[in-house]
Amino acid sequence: MMAPVLDVLSWVCLLGGAFFLLVGAIGILRFPDFYTRLHAVSVCDTMGAGLVLIGLMLQGGLSLVTVKLLLMFYFMLFTGPTAVHALAEAALQGKLKPVVDEHEP
Amino acid sequence: MEYFIDVVLLGLLMITGFAIVRMKSLLAVAMLTSIYSLLSASLFMVLDAVDVALTEAAIGAGISTILMLATIALTGDEEQAPRHKPLLPLIVVFTTGAALIYGTLDMPHYGDPAAPVHRHVAPTYLQDTPEKIGVPNVVTSVLASYRGYDTLGEVTVIFTAGAGVLALLGYRSRRRNIQGREIKRLVVLRVIAKLFFPLILLFALYVLFHGDYGPGGGFQAGVIFATGFILYALAFGLGNAQRLIPHQLLRIMAAVGVLIYAAVGIESMLLGGKFLEYRVLADDPVTGQHLGIMLIELGIGITVAAVVLIILFCYVSRRD
Repeated sequence: MMAPVLDVLSWVCLLGGAFFLLVGAIGILRFPDFYTRLHAVSVCDTMGAGLVLIGLMLQGGLSLVTVKLLLMFYFMLFTGPTAVHALAEAALQGKLKPVVDEHEP
Repeated sequence: MEYFIDVVLLGLLMITGFAIVRMKSLLAVAMLTSIYSLLSASLFMVLDAVDVALTEAAIGAGISTILMLATIALTGDEEQAPRHKPLLPLIVVFTTGAALIYGTLDMPHYGDPAAPVHRHVAPTYLQDTPEKIGVPNVVTSVLASYRGYDTLGEVTVIFTAGAGVLALLGYRSRRRNIQGREIKRLVVLRVIAKLFFPLILLFALYVLFHGDYGPGGGFQAGVIFATGFILYALAFGLGNAQRLIPHQLLRIMAAVGVLIYAAVGIESMLLGGKFLEYRVLADDPVTGQHLGIMLIELGIGITVAAVVLIILFCYVSRRD
């Protein structure tokens, strides 16, 4: 009864994660400067990897694998944004100017 | 499906290789070599060589990258223009490459069950490990028990590397500690680093003592243990990290690890066995093997962690 529902949910999560990873990758290539690219990277880290891990957890069911995936999820949840924050901080201290659209009214 | 993953990973490896050659910024090259290692680790994972994958990920993608970055911080990050024409190196590389490819023609096909590597000692190891050593992870039993001499040699090499770096670069102690108001800066990084520091050490101990049952062992655990302190040093500065783990202690630890390993060997000789024959260490041969493997893994872990930290701190302490 529950198995097909979980399967569908897990696939929704996996495909959603893949979508966010793709969007993040396109963002890294297309965005104009360092700070906006960091924004794209953080999408990959949190939404992309997070959703993929949740999807895998639903596939794993109640087992040791799920516990390990949960630990990874917890780890990613903290390290991803911290790494991006540290990068942005370092870039600011290195006097890297963000690209600003000066034609704005 | 596996074939597809192999092709994609190997293709990415090739692209990364070309990118490394083409790049002029050494900082970018260091990051690309890290990616290269991560791709290799994934490839090992596909090949079911989990222990090797863990080592490659921890050492290749982690520690080597940090060491390269530390070196670049000392030397500058622009590649110098070559002083000679690329023709001669190109000829040398092509000849060597052609010779190597010619050499592979004689090798058995990939995955051939009749290949010498699958017939010589490997079947014995696989058959005897469960009853003679009683360790589920055959890699650990080969590394620590059957090939204990080799591994002792490897640990000694690592110790020698640490001693060599120490002798060549020397070590300057830094007294400057970050404290008081200064510690309030970079607060996100520092809080997270403090939160994860004990977890990383705990994970290293898990990898160390779980090496009998799953992927892992002394080498990986030592590197992960060192990573905890490197994270601390990155977030709080070298001075604070040195207060946490003094340089004198590191030097002693590097030697203690090798000595533990060798002492296990001598102890087994004293108990009437051969050098590194663990089964005499306890009444039951299998328990003896377990005990011996655990002790030498501990020794490996201590030496690896200490040497990695010595090398890194030597590099970083030169930058003033």
